[in-house]
Amino acid sequence: MQPNIITRLGSTGLSTVTDLGRMGMYLLQMIQGCFRFPFRFSEFIRQMHFIGTGSLVVIFFTAASTGMVLGLQGYYSLNKFGAEGMLGSAVALTLIMELGPVLTAIMVAGRAGSAMCAELAIMRISEQIDALDCMAVDPFRYFISPKLLATMISVPLLTVLFDVVGIAGGYIAGVYLLGVNPGSYIDGMQTSVTNHDIWLGTVKSFVFALLIVWICTGRGYFVHVIKGAGFGARSVSKVTTQAVVYSSISVLVFDYLLTAILL
Amino acid sequence: MSNMGIEFKNVEKSFFRDDGSEQVILDKVNFKIPAGKTTVVAGGSGQGKSVTLKLILGLMRADGGQIFVGGNDITMARGRTLKELRTKFGVLFQGSALFDSMTVFENVALPLRERTKKTDNEIKTQVLASLDQLELLGHENKFPAQLSGGMRKRVGLARALQLEPEIMLFDEPTAGLDPVMTLEIYQLFAQLQEQVGYTSIIVSHDIPKVFNLADQVMYLNHGSMDVFPSPDAMQWSQKPHIREFVKTTMGEIYQSHLVEQ
Repeated sequence: MQPNIITRLGSTGLSTVTDLGRMGMYLLQMIQGCFRFPFRFSEFIRQMHFIGTGSLVVIFFTAASTGMVLGLQGYYSLNKFGAEGMLGSAVALTLIMELGPVLTAIMVAGRAGSAMCAELAIMRISEQIDALDCMAVDPFRYFISPKLLATMISVPLLTVLFDVVGIAGGYIAGVYLLGVNPGSYIDGMQTSVTNHDIWLGTVKSFVFALLIVWICTGRGYFVHVIKGAGFGARSVSKVTTQAVVYSSISVLVFDYLLTAILL
Repeated sequence: MSNMGIEFKNVEKSFFRDDGSEQVILDKVNFKIPAGKTTVVAGGSGQGKSVTLKLILGLMRADGGQIFVGGNDITMARGRTLKELRTKFGVLFQGSALFDSMTVFENVALPLRERTKKTDNEIKTQVLASLDQLELLGHENKFPAQLSGGMRKRVGLARALQLEPEIMLFDEPTAGLDPVMTLEIYQLFAQLQEQVGYTSIIVSHDIPKVFNLADQVMYLNHGSMDVFPSPDAMQWSQKPHIREFVKTTMGEIYQSHLVEQ
């Protein structure tokens, strides 16, 4: 029994290291693909439309409800100290530094990340990626790197939208429903939010975008070699689930790390 | 006629299964595939015939040994060299591997758009001409999902032929097709080979039908590759595992043929 456990441990260790190495190389190839000629602008626009425009509604509703809940919750807490005038700054800071980037990233991972992963996985198992390789067409330049660029541009923009809609939601809940002074809501926000806070939120959204597109497309691209993924339709469903779970968890982990380092 | 032959020298390839055990696909295998001829690769399921094709294409790396494609070692090729070598190949995949979000026309035009500097008009003329040759005219705006298995194979073939390959690889070209369609596909192969003169490698289970096309036959079994200069030579082989294979796939009629010998 003992050697069996050691063998399994070794095998798991080896496959983890192989997996990490593979994903590292994959990231490099993705970045290189952005600089290879000719750039496929039409594919890039299509991806921007899918990842960016397609996520507008879901981001809008998530942001509005998050902002309104923050307004209600914040008012309830601040009211205890007679500091409801600080509601604007509390809502804005929470959204810009934390909830905006994190929730946008998680929504994009669920909506677009899962789709990107499934698309690549199906292309892999039906040998479409091999077919591109055989025609000496670089799959990274052809359709993977445009996804990277589109995600890196869309996610920060969606985060800005999330912040704006969320702050407006907080305003509606605080000012119209709970009677907070509109001047103090806006003024509190303006005085407490610094450029550093906005910069922190922006850095986060770029890092989260990279994590999402890297993990989600990578899981799909390597569906045929991922240990224990199985074969066929089941392997596609398994790696798609993994893609969303892994990318969401890494967004949360990196959120903590970036806050700890950059705050 | 193509002058691109293929040579395997001491090629090794094995896989590790999930339980940690090793499956040897090729065990120091040596063979030559002559240029401009048709070689059929036979063997049981899961013996690694498709892996052999992927090794030739450089889609998989061998664990050891050398694979020469037209004199160039593809196991050592990287980047631009590998890309250039791959342009010599045309591949018809087992499941056709058509891009399912593109129409038939876009599928066939893709290699021309990506690999040549032809204008849209030139591409259109060439693609429509090859669709006409393969009796696909009128279907150019359909998506792969709207086509029958045989039509998909023909679209795959049209796409593979666009860059005038010197080596054509066919991975189970008739799997899942009815006998009439199988016969049509084989007639098409024979015609095209005569016209284009490429080196052709066909991985197939469809024994003995595919033998009509074969100049050389290879049999992959438990890591070793038996090479026969003609289908007849394989049928008359005295090796027990070959005899067993011939008997299973071709029946007793070939046995009696052997007795007459």
